[in-house]
Amino acid sequence: MTDPLQIAVRFEQVSRHFGDIKAVDEVSLDLLDGEFFTLLGPSGSGKTTCLRMIAGFDRPTSGRILLHGVDVSNLPPYERDVNTVFQDYALFPHMTVGENVAYGLMIKKTPKAERERRVDEMLELVRLSGMAGRKPSQLSGGQRQRVALARALINHPRVLLLDEPLGALDLKLRQQMQLELKAIQQRVGITFIYVTHDQEEALTMSDRLAVFNLGKIEQVGAPADVYENPTSSFVASFVGVTNLVSGETAQAITGSPLTFSVRPEKIRIVPRDTLPTPDEYAVDACVRDVVYLGLYTRYMMSLDLGGELIVIQQNLNTTRSEALSVRDQPARLIWLKNANRYLDEGGEEPV
Amino acid sequence: MSTIDASAGGRRDRSIASRLSTYIYLRPSLLLLLLLGPPLIWMVVVYLGSLATLLVNSFYSLDDFTGLIVRQFTLRSYAELFTPSNLDIVLRTVGMAAAVTLADAILAFPLAYFIARYASPRSKGWLYLAVLLPLWSSYLVRVYAWKLILAKEGILSWTIAHTGLSQALQLLLNLPAIGGPSLSLSPIGMFIVFTYVWLPYMVIPIQAALERVPKSLLEASSDLGARPGETFRHVTLPLAIPGVVAGSIFTFSLTLGDFIVPASLGNSSYFIGQAVLSHQGTSGNLPFAAALTVVPIVIMIIYLMVARRLGAFDAL
Repeated sequence: MTDPLQIAVRFEQVSRHFGDIKAVDEVSLDLLDGEFFTLLGPSGSGKTTCLRMIAGFDRPTSGRILLHGVDVSNLPPYERDVNTVFQDYALFPHMTVGENVAYGLMIKKTPKAERERRVDEMLELVRLSGMAGRKPSQLSGGQRQRVALARALINHPRVLLLDEPLGALDLKLRQQMQLELKAIQQRVGITFIYVTHDQEEALTMSDRLAVFNLGKIEQVGAPADVYENPTSSFVASFVGVTNLVSGETAQAITGSPLTFSVRPEKIRIVPRDTLPTPDEYAVDACVRDVVYLGLYTRYMMSLDLGGELIVIQQNLNTTRSEALSVRDQPARLIWLKNANRYLDEGGEEPV
Repeated sequence: MSTIDASAGGRRDRSIASRLSTYIYLRPSLLLLLLLGPPLIWMVVVYLGSLATLLVNSFYSLDDFTGLIVRQFTLRSYAELFTPSNLDIVLRTVGMAAAVTLADAILAFPLAYFIARYASPRSKGWLYLAVLLPLWSSYLVRVYAWKLILAKEGILSWTIAHTGLSQALQLLLNLPAIGGPSLSLSPIGMFIVFTYVWLPYMVIPIQAALERVPKSLLEASSDLGARPGETFRHVTLPLAIPGVVAGSIFTFSLTLGDFIVPASLGNSSYFIGQAVLSHQGTSGNLPFAAALTVVPIVIMIIYLMVARRLGAFDAL
């Protein structure tokens, strides 16, 4: 077990019901001090409700939430040492950027000189120096995002909560902000709890992540671990793209009816006469569809046994016309046996 | 002129309606003219025109001997406003309007806050209806209904008598400037009726302003350490002020110009509306009546400028 002092947030059997709907169902989870932790899941999976319960906007129907060892389940938000960056930024429209950032200090009645010094410090941290006099309405989406971050960080909370903060930004800006958030987290060294439905975002930033589905946690772990070793078919297909093979097809390929997952990028397309090594599985298929995506090409392969597999090949040497010319051609698919992940049945490999 | 070729790509059978739509669609300025023309004619000619006439009239004067209007620029009517008896009328009216506005704001805010924040969509509809329902009946009917309620033999006095508070009521009615022989014949009674009749005009704008405040702003404030009272003071109230100001424009100006309530519930002291009525009617002193009417307009302009200076419209 981890040293209890290092646990920033602990969920003990936490449930939150809205009428008949179990938004969060008996969740137990430990988040470590100083880590970048992501709650990942589709909408309605309970991740945002969990975040709101840490912030205090929502209270558990049953179970306890501990912040640094203290039960906060029944504390209002203003009594908790956490701050939130909201999805819609929630900047006060009647205040300037400087007043927004200073809000927490103004409430705490921090002397004016110190307040101004810390606001300048924060605006510098989020690279908005000199913007203190502007109104939120005069800023771009990315800048508002930074103001929201500065406003939440100025109180030096021990835990920072981020509710899909990059959802409204365009792709380029989002990728830039992801790296920046990670850098800021490492600089200030406090626990970040990040909610998102974007698995790529989760993989980019998190130290660890929890995958939510239907109010329960499916898997907790480091991003690479969750991606490489998913323990359920939901995790396998939600984090990245995967092929799930079961029943007779699985029996024909591996000799066992256990369901397995194999990532599209692990599979190679080779001519029919290529023989697999003893470490490899092989299966015959036809190219049904080809989608050229620049960086890589996605092939939909219909197996001769029935069923389909997605295969992704990097466009190392292939040109667009070459990639597209294999449509309807017969081929063989080969992949390493240890690329298979066995799911839902305890993850054991077949004998 | 050429006929449209069926094979030219456009749709073949075009009705008059669709041709007309297309004609207007391609000429946005024509559309604007059609939309804004009628209201503009109304506003400019009827409304602003009569205001201008009013203003011009206020600079004329009445010949005391002939009783005819002298069409010559003079500030005589305005000077007359500052005689003690007229100044009294102005101050009395402004005082009443301010008191009514304040009372309405205090009464309306919690109600508007409840409708905007807590009421379910269903009960919201019913509450709207309850607030607006009085406006369905005639204003005169409501004023006379209140006159009966407030009368010496009315239900209010009866209730007060049965709760043993008659002494307190009598003390209230004995107060110099605001008392009178009974509630239905005193400034206190007028204040009650004014507050009642203008209340919906205060509730609706405040409720609309509160409705526009996203819940996440209140959560953000509380997240940053503010207790509910502090959140109210620093976030909710500043964002609701434009609604309060909008509502107070209604209550203030409606009270300033009203002459029905003072006439039916007041004592012999005039309000601006009554003074205007009597000067333009019985005594035929149109210039002075016009000058009196300019008073509320000037007061409203000053009021709005002060409100703007205080930042009431910053959150708009």
